[in-house]
Amino acid sequence: MTEILFLLGLPLAGCVVLLIFGAHPRAAVLNVAFSLAAFVAAGFLTTRVVEVGSLLAADELFFVDSFNVFLVALTAFVAFTTALFSRPYMMNERTHGRVTAMMMRLYHGMYQLFIFTMLLALLANNMGVLWVAMEAATLSTVLLVSLYRTPKSIEAAWKYFILCGVGIAQALFGTILLYFAAEKLLGAGGTALLWTHLNAVKGELEPTVLSLAFVFLLVGYGTKVGLVPLHNWLPDAHAEGPTPMSAVLSGLLLNVALYAVVRCKVLVEGALGNNFAGNLMMGFGLLSVVIAAFFLSRQRDVKRMFAYSSIEHMGLMTFAFGMGGAVATFAGLLHMTVHSLTKSAIFFVVGHAVQKTGSQVMDDIRGLVVTNPTIGWGLMLGSLAILGIPPFGVFASEFLILTTAMQQQPWATPILLVALGVAFAAIFARVQSMVFGETTAKRLPHAPALLPVFLHLAIVLMLGLYIPPYLAEWYRQAAQLIG
Amino acid sequence: MSLSAQLINLMAALLLLIAFAMLSQRRILSLIHLYAWQGVVLATNNIVIGYSTGQTHLYYSALLTFALKAILLPWILHRLIVRLNIRWDVETLINIPATMLVGIALVVFAFNLALPISQLAGTITRSTLGIAIAIVLLSFLMMITRRKAVPQVIGFLALENGLFFAATSATYGMPLAVELGIALDVLVGVLILGIFFFQVREAFDSLDLRHMEKLKETDQ
Repeated sequence: MTEILFLLGLPLAGCVVLLIFGAHPRAAVLNVAFSLAAFVAAGFLTTRVVEVGSLLAADELFFVDSFNVFLVALTAFVAFTTALFSRPYMMNERTHGRVTAMMMRLYHGMYQLFIFTMLLALLANNMGVLWVAMEAATLSTVLLVSLYRTPKSIEAAWKYFILCGVGIAQALFGTILLYFAAEKLLGAGGTALLWTHLNAVKGELEPTVLSLAFVFLLVGYGTKVGLVPLHNWLPDAHAEGPTPMSAVLSGLLLNVALYAVVRCKVLVEGALGNNFAGNLMMGFGLLSVVIAAFFLSRQRDVKRMFAYSSIEHMGLMTFAFGMGGAVATFAGLLHMTVHSLTKSAIFFVVGHAVQKTGSQVMDDIRGLVVTNPTIGWGLMLGSLAILGIPPFGVFASEFLILTTAMQQQPWATPILLVALGVAFAAIFARVQSMVFGETTAKRLPHAPALLPVFLHLAIVLMLGLYIPPYLAEWYRQAAQLIG
Repeated sequence: MSLSAQLINLMAALLLLIAFAMLSQRRILSLIHLYAWQGVVLATNNIVIGYSTGQTHLYYSALLTFALKAILLPWILHRLIVRLNIRWDVETLINIPATMLVGIALVVFAFNLALPISQLAGTITRSTLGIAIAIVLLSFLMMITRRKAVPQVIGFLALENGLFFAATSATYGMPLAVELGIALDVLVGVLILGIFFFQVREAFDSLDLRHMEKLKETDQ
């Protein structure tokens, strides 16, 4: 209980403190400190869950099992490393005059609030609280997407707010339907929306209502996952917001939204006893992979391109969870981890590269290895990792997903392979010309933080070569829970 | 049919009427008034249901709804349009009769959609679920047809009202903790949008959403 209290209390306290002192030159350090403290709390919570198994806390308000504790650890870790990256990045933006002191205050406060909502969504046992936290996550990031106050960024933020707001409203309707079905069995009031209670009686829930509920929940939370055709907000929000925001949107928000979908899927699958939920997820997932892969080659903005790559990977994960079964779910969880780490690392590098050249258009970015070899190689390695080149972890998870697909859904395998091939060709050609070649880029006023990049890539590399036994056991347990 | 059931049906009918009025209302100020009335009717509806079923938590919910949706949010919105100086703005809506016809079709569709669920419901309010879904769909339609930022947000808030009404129709309302959370989200959302409106106007010199069509896939 104390761990959860600290885990949720620290970002919330950080939000309040940074909304007051966020304009101070040292505020970025404070931001890192709060994120580090939350990460330590997540570490303690994780060891606790590994020791005693899943636990309920605060009158069943919070629920931690192996599935969400691994996402909690990942979320806190990426939040911490992104805070490390954001310190020099935002200082550079400040020196370049793109943000004012007021904006820095807003940025730091909202960053912590966003982390709080992500952790709350993961830890909440109540499906209603999960919804509230997801909506709060949108609200806390709207003003961050429009941070630069350019017409384009404001348009992106508006689109983000309206599309995600309407999307998440569907999820609320789904939650109401879920409550409607559960209330008959569990009685009105508090317990009927608790996931643990719902999970215990899932076999007796009314199937017609639950299948209708799942459609709404999938469309609602799927909007936030960025599933095609509900993905329109995602490339704009990623491209127009500050880069640390793009990193946490791709690395954290999409994962947490997918987590919500998977939690709902477990209930619906238990109630229906057929593969309706899984088929729906596979359909959406496959469509996302294919459409995103073909859109990749049309992009000229580097952050937009990697945003489409996120859609593609989220589609792949949704497909894996939709297939179900121990191996596919294991692969889905592994892919969640490695994608989150790799994509945020790529955004760290891209952020600094864009700052150096002063443009997000890929044709303007040239010869990164010449001016700063670490940025250049970071982008090269990150891109190779995300494209699924062995020995990186993305290869392992994609390989597992593809081989399982071959056994369970053979018809989907060629489609997936073609999409992955198209994505490879699109990204690799672009990255190559950005990394090598002549350049006129300037030095940055504040040295970039490249430690997080290589830390992330090292973990992804390790996961590709060797998954430590306790981690594998952990994934296996989580996969068993989801089924 | 008992008196309370008739009263509940009356409230539902009023809500549907307000939803249609919003769809055709061109003045922003009147839209805010309509939104406030929607809040009043929702709160009254909760009191009637609470009285007839003995569910005391509905009284708190009614109080919350009244304070938030009939007073606080309309007041914030009113302050906003005064400060943005768009209080007397009139929106040119094309083809109101056609929009109304689409609205009627949506209501028919909503009743069909609600039929299987309301048959399963054991609540006194189950016949109103169709109206709740109709309000949600009409609010969607309103969001689609509006070209200005403030009416679009009012459409969004009306959508939330529709969902709230759906929750009371199907289940006598969500647990209070969840309702509080949703209310908090709505309030924070409106406050954040308030800030956001000023940014929009600064960047585009107006709150017309037609300016916001730059981010397209083709010219990227």
